[in-house]
Parts: sequence; structure tokens; C-alpha cells
Amino acid sequence: MSLLETHALTARYGDFQALFGLDIHLEQGETVAIIGANGAGKSTLMRSISGVLENGADQVCFQGEPIGNLPASEIMARGVAMVPEGRRLFPSLSVEENLLIGTYGRKVQGHWSLQTIFDLFPILKERRNHPGTALSGGQQQMVAIGRALMSNPRVLLCDEISLGLAPVVIKDIYAAVPRIQEAGASLIVVEQDIGQALKVSDRVYCMMEGRVTLEGTADTLSREAIHDAYFGGAAA
Amino acid sequence: MTDFPVYRVQTQTRASYSAGAVCVALIALFILLPTFASRGLIQDLFFIFTMLVLAQFWNLLAGYGGLVSVGQQAFVGMGAYAMFGGVILWGLDPVPAILLGGVAALIVAIPTAFFAFRLQGAYFAIGTWVIAEVMRLLVAQWKVLGGGTGTSLPRTATREMWATEWIQATFDVRGAAARDILTYWLALALMIATIAGIYWLLRTKRGLALAAVRDNVEAAKSVGVDAVRMKWLVYLVSAVGTGVTGALIYVQKLRISPDAAFSVTDWTAYVIFIVVIGGIGTIEGPILGVLIFFILQSLLADFGSWYLMVLGLIGIVVMLFAPRGIWGLISEKTGLQIFPVRRRLVIGAQPNKED
Amino acid sequence: MIWIDTIIQGILLGGLYALFAAGLSLVFGIMRLVNLAHGDLIVFAAYLILLLVSLLGLSPFLAVIIAAPIMFGVGWALQRHVLNRVLGPDILPPLLVTFGLSVVLQNALMEGFSADSQRLPAGDIATASVQVGGLNLGVLPLLTFASAILVIVGLNQLFYRTELGRAFRATSDDAVTAGLMGIRPDRIFATATAIAMLVVTLAALYLGMRANFDPNIGPARLIYAFEAVIIGGLGSLWGTLVGGVIIGVAQTVGAAINPEWQILAGHLAFLIVLLIKPRGLFPRALD
Repeated sequence: MSLLETHALTARYGDFQALFGLDIHLEQGETVAIIGANGAGKSTLMRSISGVLENGADQVCFQGEPIGNLPASEIMARGVAMVPEGRRLFPSLSVEENLLIGTYGRKVQGHWSLQTIFDLFPILKERRNHPGTALSGGQQQMVAIGRALMSNPRVLLCDEISLGLAPVVIKDIYAAVPRIQEAGASLIVVEQDIGQALKVSDRVYCMMEGRVTLEGTADTLSREAIHDAYFGGAAA
Repeated sequence: MTDFPVYRVQTQTRASYSAGAVCVALIALFILLPTFASRGLIQDLFFIFTMLVLAQFWNLLAGYGGLVSVGQQAFVGMGAYAMFGGVILWGLDPVPAILLGGVAALIVAIPTAFFAFRLQGAYFAIGTWVIAEVMRLLVAQWKVLGGGTGTSLPRTATREMWATEWIQATFDVRGAAARDILTYWLALALMIATIAGIYWLLRTKRGLALAAVRDNVEAAKSVGVDAVRMKWLVYLVSAVGTGVTGALIYVQKLRISPDAAFSVTDWTAYVIFIVVIGGIGTIEGPILGVLIFFILQSLLADFGSWYLMVLGLIGIVVMLFAPRGIWGLISEKTGLQIFPVRRRLVIGAQPNKED
Repeated sequence: MIWIDTIIQGILLGGLYALFAAGLSLVFGIMRLVNLAHGDLIVFAAYLILLLVSLLGLSPFLAVIIAAPIMFGVGWALQRHVLNRVLGPDILPPLLVTFGLSVVLQNALMEGFSADSQRLPAGDIATASVQVGGLNLGVLPLLTFASAILVIVGLNQLFYRTELGRAFRATSDDAVTAGLMGIRPDRIFATATAIAMLVVTLAALYLGMRANFDPNIGPARLIYAFEAVIIGGLGSLWGTLVGGVIIGVAQTVGAAINPEWQILAGHLAFLIVLLIKPRGLFPRALD
């Protein structure tokens, strides 16, 4: 039994079908990267798993239990947390409050607390009383990751965490990934930056037009194979 | 030779052609109705026609213009008081004085719009309500027209009203009944003009722009639609239409008071329910709505406040479960459109090469 | 001296309007919901207190303690089962549903209690007054004003110092992301409306003790409340108090000039503030 899996997952926005029967899985302790061009359906997949979009119950299973039709808040409570695309910090909340919101309404146990988040990203401790949106892009991304970690999730979904950030900042943020893995979370990382994705992940799914076109471990996939999966088959 | 598919933009539907024929027949029937109908029926139809006109204008404002006003009673009241003022202060005949109602509504609508358009959404709704309240309170200070207690049209003015003598002679009825027939015909004409006018407006380029503004202000701006000008247009048109209707209603009622003429329940709440229950954003909706409203009122009239309670509950239920109203349900199930304003792209062989 | 008295009476009256408005401000600030039935809910609560007073022979102050949890439940159920269904980018559905509710409430009260004016028996306190520096101030208006301050301090503490308040603000910012953080927006909204109904109950107590009420006075209270909220600026509770005071002072000053101008003066003050500052006096930085 996988930690998290999807079965023939479909998604549509009105008349537009965004996902066509996706089967992916995530094992305990694993980090999986999902790569693909803009519009491939990566973010839709994240939104489906996290419960922003509603699915059939059996289309998403967590620890063997169907969660596809649960609301986002319930999926989060079961241990699947998300770092949403664009960070989406709460502008009315300070940095510290943004982090604390990750534990709303329940006691959580585990490695992550305000203290350990501040250890992971020391700059946030300095800025704890600033409004979340007053921070730089990279710092905001740290808050978004910390906010999701505060619930001590079993699965962390990271949607385009490098988007719009300078390379040196991206490096800083990805430097935190090993410590997140050590603390016991399994990760699904959506990335447009293929190099970064291959570096942190054990396995890679490549998506195109709502389908998985390639799957494999990071070290066995050739550049050509990824290129083909990314852009739609060998050029004629 | 290759046959290219030919595209035509079409707004007519088959139903709209046959509906057109039925409409013409109905109008003819309505015009001739006073020759044989009872006075009660004429009065009921006057009520239905005038409420329908108010509903069409509110629908233009809220359903097409996206301007949810809770203050249309301001224009009913100003229109009615302007008519009274014209008759009492200037000695005008009540019938031409109805036009004063439209002018007065326009005059108060312009500064009102400057103010109200600074407000968005819910603020706009409350703002228009407050403005209507201010007008009610100001008019109540107007002692010549009876102040807070109101006044009646002078007998001399009502007795000699335009065309009533001719109607009395032709139909062999007394003065009061003749006045009912006169106001009935005026209401009929106003209703036809309103529906035809709004239908025409919605089918012009302006109407298309209006739909664009309602659906997405930003997108409409980006294709060059002047959203602000469209808002002004529907606001002023609705104000004038509502003012004229208010004046006409009070020619028939003869007696006016600020509380009645600026009543939020009578001139806005009822109207909103008519539009919502019938189907907002369609011309057919208010027609269906006013009929349902009238039937409910007749059935429940003896039960006092139960009537309004039922009306409110129906409004809530419709909004929760059928937000496009009863006409929306019908047209969804059957595809029926009597006043089609939606443009449809028809693909098919071109019937006429010269086209 | 007469003018100072008039203005102080106006400020105290503003406390009552701030009480009418505080619940509205809370709900409006969190979910942008315009509850057109707010005034009728205040009147409904006043009748509920009246019922408890006459059935159980309680003092109105005790009856409020029973009425408050009932109103809390009413608010929760109303939001959870009716209003949450119509929340969205389109403001028309919630406006129309609450407008319908307003009509239903008014007529239900009319059917149940008739159109006769009622009053909550306040006892000696209704006429008691204290001398402050040559001014004669009613105890009840002072109590109303103090309650308004307490309510606003309390709501601000709730909003900025508690976990629930954090969730209120987060949901108000971005309901979808709040859901991803384990918050259920539908429950947050229901809780907010329920808390607003607690304030409504308190407002109803003072409304009913200070003046006569009947089933039809709700819409006018709604307008005063709204004017206070809009003058103060969306989401600012202290602004709401200032807004209430402005309306109150305008009304008493207007009435001192000519009794017929009381209500008119309040509305005009509102329109003037709005002309000068369309977003109110203390708009929240974000929005």
C-alpha cells in the first residue's frame, strides 16, 4: 500500500478537461517530482490531491483510505499539507500568525513547531512581527513552507516553490528539503526547473496535456527522454 | 468547387416568431378590452402593467447593468410628486404632467448617480436606499403639497382630465371609470414601449456592451467598452422610466403621501421579488414574475401579513435553488426564448449568394 | 450649555447605533456579506427578550442571558444552512436572500405580536439619571454607551488576540488557502454570524428599554447601522463607533433645530462623509 495514490484521476474546469485518468503514487519516505510545461495539469493535480478541487472519493487515497471527496481542511487534518502556488500568505496576519494558522483548531505533535521552523529559516524569527506580505519573495516562500510544516504533515505538497525567485534564493529554499525529509515527511514537488527537480527527487513523473507521459527514477531518465515527454514525442 | 461552411449570426428563434404573432394579437385584445371588461379587471391590469414596467426597469438596472438598487422608490416618489406639483402649482392637466415625472426623475437622478457611483456593490444598494429616504424626508417638508400627511389631486383637475369626456361618451361610463380606462391605456402604452425599448436596447451594440460589462468589467474595458458610460445610461433610463410610471400610478390613485410614494416595500421590495421569482436578466422573467405575484396576491390577500411572508419565502427559495428564476428553469428545460437577445452562431449553407 | 448637552446626548445615542452596527461590521468585514435583515434580527431579539420577560417574569437583564445563546444558535444555523449557500463574487444572491428574510421576519413578528408598540420594562433605571458637571445624563444611555465600548474592545481582542480571530482574518483574506490550512470557512462564517447575533441581542436589550418598538422598525435600524459601518470604514470596529457617534450627534443637533429634521440630519451627515471619504474615515489598509 502506497502512502498516497491517485486512481484514474480526472479533473475538469467547466467544459475543459484538465486531467485524463492519472495514476501516480507516493511511497513512505519518498520525494517525487512532477515536471511539465505550463498547462500540463501539474497544479490541477496538486489542487485535486489537496482537496481544493473535489474528486470521486476513490480517485485519491491516503494510507489506503479514500479522501478524494473530502474538503481541503479535512485532508489537511489527516496529514497532507500544501504549499500553494504563489505562496498565498494571509496579508492581515503577521509572519508568526501565518505560521500559527497551520495548527488551527488542534494540538499537533511532532518535530515541527515555531521554534524548529525558526531554526530552519532563522530570518523568519527576526521578521516574526512583520506582516507576511511585507517580506521578500524568498522569505515569503519560507513562511509558506513553514506554515504547511507546522501541522507536521505526513505528505507535503509543494507547488512551484521556485517560481519567480532568484537562483541563489531557490538554492537556499531547496537546502531545507533534506531536513524536511529527515523529519519524516514524504514530498511531492511540482517544478518547472527540471535540474532542481531531478536533484531533490527519488522519482519523476513528467506530465503533458493532462496525462503522465514519462515515469522513472531520477538517475535513469535521459535528458532526451524527458525532452520528448515534455514537448510531445520525438521531433519529426 | 469547395463548400465552405457559412456562418450567420442569428438572434431570432422559431419561438420568437410565433411569440411575435401572439404579442400582436394580445396587444389588440388589450386595446379593445375596455369595451367589454369590468372595471375591476381594468384596475387589476393597470396594477399588473405598472408593476411590470417598474420590474423591467429594475431588471435593466440590476439584471443587465449589475447595479443592485434598493432605492428605486426615490424615482416613483419624485415622479409622482412632480406630477402633483405640475397640477397643483402650475394648473397643468394630469396627463401631460406625467411627463414631468420623467423630467423630475432625471433631474434628481443625475446628482444621485454622481454620488451613488462612488459606491460599489452592497454600498451602492444601501446608498441608494438612504438617498430615497432623504428624498422622502425632504418632500415631507414641502408644505404646499401637504407635507408629511400628503394631499389629493384637486377635483377640477381630475374631472377635466384629457380624453375622459370622450371616453365617458363613447363607453357610456361615469367619470371615475373613464379615468380608469384612460390610465389603463396609458399603462398599456407605457408597458409596450418599455418592453419594446428594452428589447431594442439589448439587441443593439450597446446592449451587447452592457452584457459584457455585467459579466466582466475589466474584460469589457479591454475591448473598448466604456463601462462608466453604460452604467450612466441604464441608471438614467431606469430613473426616467420609473419616474414616469410613478406619476402615472398616482394619476390613478389621486391621493399621495410621502410614506406611500416613497415606500420601499411597494416600489422596490415587490419589484425585486417579481424580477427574482420570474427570472433576473431576462425580459420574460419579470412578465412571468408579475403574473405569479398577482395570483399570489389575489389568493392570499385575505391573510394579511401571511401574504408578504409567503412572498419573502418564495423569493428566498428561488434564490437558493433556482437563481435564474422560474423563467430560467423553463428556458433551461425547453430552450424557449420569446425575446431572444443572445446571438447564436449558425453554421450552414448560405441561402443567398448575394448576402 | 444647551448645545453641549445636545452633543453629549448625541454621543450617547451614537453608542446605541454602534451597538446596532458592531455585529454588522464584524460580518461584513469577514465575509463581505450584506445582511439586509440585520435590523429585523435586532427587533426579533427584542421580541424574544420580551417573551422571556413576560413568560418567566424575569428582568430584561436576566432575560438577555437566556436570549443570547438562542440568538447565537439562530445566527449559526442561518449562516450555515442559508447564507453560506449564496456567498460568492456576485453580491445579488445574498442581498436578495437577506432582503427576503427581512420581509419574512417583519411579517412573522406582525402575525405573532401584532403591530402594536411594545417596550421592555426597565424599572427604575429607565428614568434614573446622574449629574455630571451640571449636565443631567440618563443612566440607561450611559450604560448603552459603556456596553458599546465593551463590545468593541471585546471584539477587537477576539479579532487580534485569539486563535479564532486569527482564523477570522485568514479566512477573510483568502478562504481557499485558509481551507488548505485546516480551517473550514463555512464554520468560520457560521461562528462569525453567531457572535454577531450575541451583539444583536445586547443591542436589542437597549433598543427595547430605551424606546418603543414594533415589527416594522428594523429597516430604519439597519440603515443607521449601515451608515455607522460605512462612515467608520470597512473592517474597523473603532471606526464603527465613531460612525455611530457621528450619526447620533447629527440627529440630536438636527432635532434641536427642528424636531422634523432629526432623521434627515443623520442621513445628510452620512452622505457628506461619504462624498468626502468614499471608503469611510478609517478604512483598513488592505482591501
